[in-house]
Amino acid sequence: MEGAWVALALTLKVAGWATALNLVLGVGIGFAMARARFPGRDVLDAVLTLPMVMPPTVLGYYLLVLIGSHSPLGGWLIQHLGIRLIFTWQGAVIAAAVVAFPLVFKAARAAFETVDPQLEDAARTLGMGEVAVFFRVSLPLAWHGILAGVLLSFARALGEFGATLMVAGSIPGRTQTLSIAVYESVQAGQDDAANFLVAVTSIVCIAVLLSAGRLVPGRIARRE
Amino acid sequence: MRATGASPIGLPASVPVGRYTKGVLESAGLWTAIETKMVGANTVRQALDYVARAEVDAGFVYSTDAALMPDKVKVAITVPTQKPILYPVVPIAASTNAAAATKFVEFLLSPQAQAVLAKYGFGKYGFGKP
Repeated sequence: MEGAWVALALTLKVAGWATALNLVLGVGIGFAMARARFPGRDVLDAVLTLPMVMPPTVLGYYLLVLIGSHSPLGGWLIQHLGIRLIFTWQGAVIAAAVVAFPLVFKAARAAFETVDPQLEDAARTLGMGEVAVFFRVSLPLAWHGILAGVLLSFARALGEFGATLMVAGSIPGRTQTLSIAVYESVQAGQDDAANFLVAVTSIVCIAVLLSAGRLVPGRIARRE
Repeated sequence: MRATGASPIGLPASVPVGRYTKGVLESAGLWTAIETKMVGANTVRQALDYVARAEVDAGFVYSTDAALMPDKVKVAITVPTQKPILYPVVPIAASTNAAAATKFVEFLLSPQAQAVLAKYGFGKYGFGKP
């Protein structure tokens, strides 16, 4: 049972970092895609949404090839920053972040598109710089939609399995997240351990979704 | 955390190759030393792939799997297992295709099929039987 808490702590750490990464990247790229007009924008949007619909094994393979220790990128990271991504929790963060990225990106893009550009223009006429316009007008107005996407992406990252297992392996206490621990106990016929892990996972997911509901009240709640 | 000394083996509790590996290493008194450096893999082929990509220094796989990538992996040592690794084949009693199933089993035991299996490194039918 103690192993379950270790797996839970690791899962929260991985999902937390993945979500933090997605918050920055998803909001930034979502904003750029909502405002910029350039040829191939639809294609880029499709590529950025791809991780959500691609089989996790395909993603895991892409990641192994891209960030593997002997790939150009993975090799550079090890040599210059000493960061090894394969078989580490950092690798699990990358896998979870990539899988959950479209949820933040899509939500952020949609949220920024609903922000009235006239409000941004009004701020500019009042002498605000572009950075100030973003942080004091666009972001606060889009925040609700973004937060919904961020929480969904956190929930998705919590449950990440396929790509994580391929990239980070299954090392108890180091890369063995809850979903991988569940898979292993079921495969090994350890039903008691599996039941406990499944219960823990379900409770955590319900807690996340409940807090998502509280933090992001729907339209009806806001009207009241 | 650097895991350069890591050797992936199958998940010890679930994948058969993991169980064999754990059994052999435990009886050799090496399991506790290796356990901390071990990376569990989903399947034996995944472990082989990690070795082929040089993500790990070594891995425990079946010799029949290692033989699939002779240009990418090198057999360092052949570990004797405590019990021979057997692949049983039986027709199912409740089969609706009992005749075809029996025929298939007979085919597997034929010299022709045994030659194919031998080509891929599998032992002969009846190998390891007491």
